[in-house]
Amino acid sequence: MTVQPTPASATPEGGHLLELRDLHVEFRTNEGVARVINGVSYHLDAGETLAVLGESGSGKSVTAQAIMGILDTPPAFVRSGQILYQGQDLLTQSEEQRRQVRGKEIAMIFQDALSALNPVFPVGWQIGETLRQRAGLSRSDARRRAIELMDLVKIPGAAKRIGDYPHQFSGGMRQRVMIAMALALDPKVLIADEPTTALDVTVQAQIMDLLADLRQERDMAMILITHDLGVVAGVADRIAVMYAGRIVEHADVRSLYKAPAHPYTKGLLESIPRLDVRGEELSTIKGLPPNLMRIPSGCPFHPRCPYVQQVCVDVVPHDLVLGDGRTSACHFAQEVRDDSAAR
Amino acid sequence: MFRYILRRLLQMVLAFFGTTLIVYALTFAGQGDPIQALAGERPVTPAQRAYLTEKYNLDQTGVGGFFYRYFDYVKDLLQGNLGESLTGRSIGDILQQAWPVTVRLALIALAVAIIFGVSAGVIAGIRRASIFDNSTLVLTLLVLGIPTIVLAPLAQYFLGVKWQLFPPTAGSDPTFYALLLPGIVLGSLSLATALRLTRASVAENLRADYVRTARSKGLVKRRIVIVHVLRNSLIPVVTFLGVELGNLMSGAIITEGVFNIPGVGFNLFRGIRTEDGPLVVGIVSVLVVVYLVSNLVVDVLYAVLDPRIRYE
Repeated sequence: MTVQPTPASATPEGGHLLELRDLHVEFRTNEGVARVINGVSYHLDAGETLAVLGESGSGKSVTAQAIMGILDTPPAFVRSGQILYQGQDLLTQSEEQRRQVRGKEIAMIFQDALSALNPVFPVGWQIGETLRQRAGLSRSDARRRAIELMDLVKIPGAAKRIGDYPHQFSGGMRQRVMIAMALALDPKVLIADEPTTALDVTVQAQIMDLLADLRQERDMAMILITHDLGVVAGVADRIAVMYAGRIVEHADVRSLYKAPAHPYTKGLLESIPRLDVRGEELSTIKGLPPNLMRIPSGCPFHPRCPYVQQVCVDVVPHDLVLGDGRTSACHFAQEVRDDSAAR
Repeated sequence: MFRYILRRLLQMVLAFFGTTLIVYALTFAGQGDPIQALAGERPVTPAQRAYLTEKYNLDQTGVGGFFYRYFDYVKDLLQGNLGESLTGRSIGDILQQAWPVTVRLALIALAVAIIFGVSAGVIAGIRRASIFDNSTLVLTLLVLGIPTIVLAPLAQYFLGVKWQLFPPTAGSDPTFYALLLPGIVLGSLSLATALRLTRASVAENLRADYVRTARSKGLVKRRIVIVHVLRNSLIPVVTFLGVELGNLMSGAIITEGVFNIPGVGFNLFRGIRTEDGPLVVGIVSVLVVVYLVSNLVVDVLYAVLDPRIRYE
């Protein structure tokens, strides 16, 4: 079966552009099985930005790599679930069909652009490779288009720098090269996996602005993966907070910032240093993220949670629907939200 | 880059004088009576003694005499005159006959290492922990563990004498076929090292972040391996093979000795055995130059292959 480029209208009526349903991913290692993703569901509509928030090891990057189909198998195995893109389950497709989706429909940029770019090829060649291999452009056309793309991501002197190697660029410029490469085939979804983590604060803001502008101009949908709440606020429409391979809270940005409904989110927000509050010691979330080979019983956050009760140890909380499309996987979601709102 | 090469060439001049001086000193400085050593057991007549003293500048004694003779030697060497061996043959002529044989042997050995070592290494690196990977591991460890002095006679006996698949010895002016078995024996060590090196390098690069990027671009797996991974993985392998070619060119004393190949190593061995000082020094001086040049070529090649390395 050949894959035809599906027009955007192919998305079923009322369906989402991209939807994850109850995704489970595990890593089978010699030391045992680590359950990295435990039933993640989220969706993305055309043109919107979803931020996926969580600390290292929460499974946010693995989820993204599962969508792209670039997990290293072994050790990673998708155990169950669905990844629907325009109504089609990517997980049931052949490797060749999935390859066609990569770059053209869903593209991805990575955290560390220096190691994510191939060190021995010029950046122009690497951007052009996608165009030559996937869109069948000639060498000279690909080169011309690569310069346009480098202009688009505001790399100064693009035509002159096309022959330079990744190590000859600054961190911010390298990430721009990555973005140019990801945009080469006009994808409908861009997954940005911690795109600014390796960068200086001022450069971070520039890259986030660039991503936001590009997203708007091209009407792309974007999944922004980050552990940095500050990065999210200005860019995202909705936020999904991940903990131990689960989505623990899901809300639009404004209401989540105003009144988080999960103790973990609340803890994250309270641990942001605030310039307007003096003299108070910065609060932290006590304890460490769980070992994914031995996830705690009940609510996986219970050993670190200030709201913990016996029920949290015994029963895995379901997503509690709070209205306005908000959910929180906490037995005491209402109380936490009211607490937060009263603060 | 140009300045780097220039500086390296200047360093090579120093290295050349340093090594030839050491070799010359090791060979000649400790000799008691070189003329008696030359004649062996037989008595030396005063006329012969006078002639040889004149010929080899032996009338100058002590450290001053040693340096006088060394600079005399270097002066001839720089004019391309390697002098005569004690048997009266021109060392230049000896090398002219020996070199082509050694170069052919070295190229066969290198070809064996590249064709089998690198390709098996790539496959083993891609299919880590497969039967293929494990069997190459055992085989290479075996080869690396057996010294040439054992491997060469074994190969000669079984493949040459018992099963008669190859000529057991090469003899003067050997054919390609006659050099094949010695070439394989000589190359087996380079092969094993090249295989291990390639395997490790491919395995490491397959896990690199840029491979993940290449996959997310939707490239086919073949292209990712052949273009992206191989280009990176072969940087250390090419460097190793370059240095190895320098080693192989400098002659293989054991292999050439066992298979009776009249190459550079064979002549060097004969020079050492017959205490032919001028022959040993002459050959080693040329080997030093070969080695220095091949190392320079490798360093330049390294910069060409890996753009991150630019010598300034």
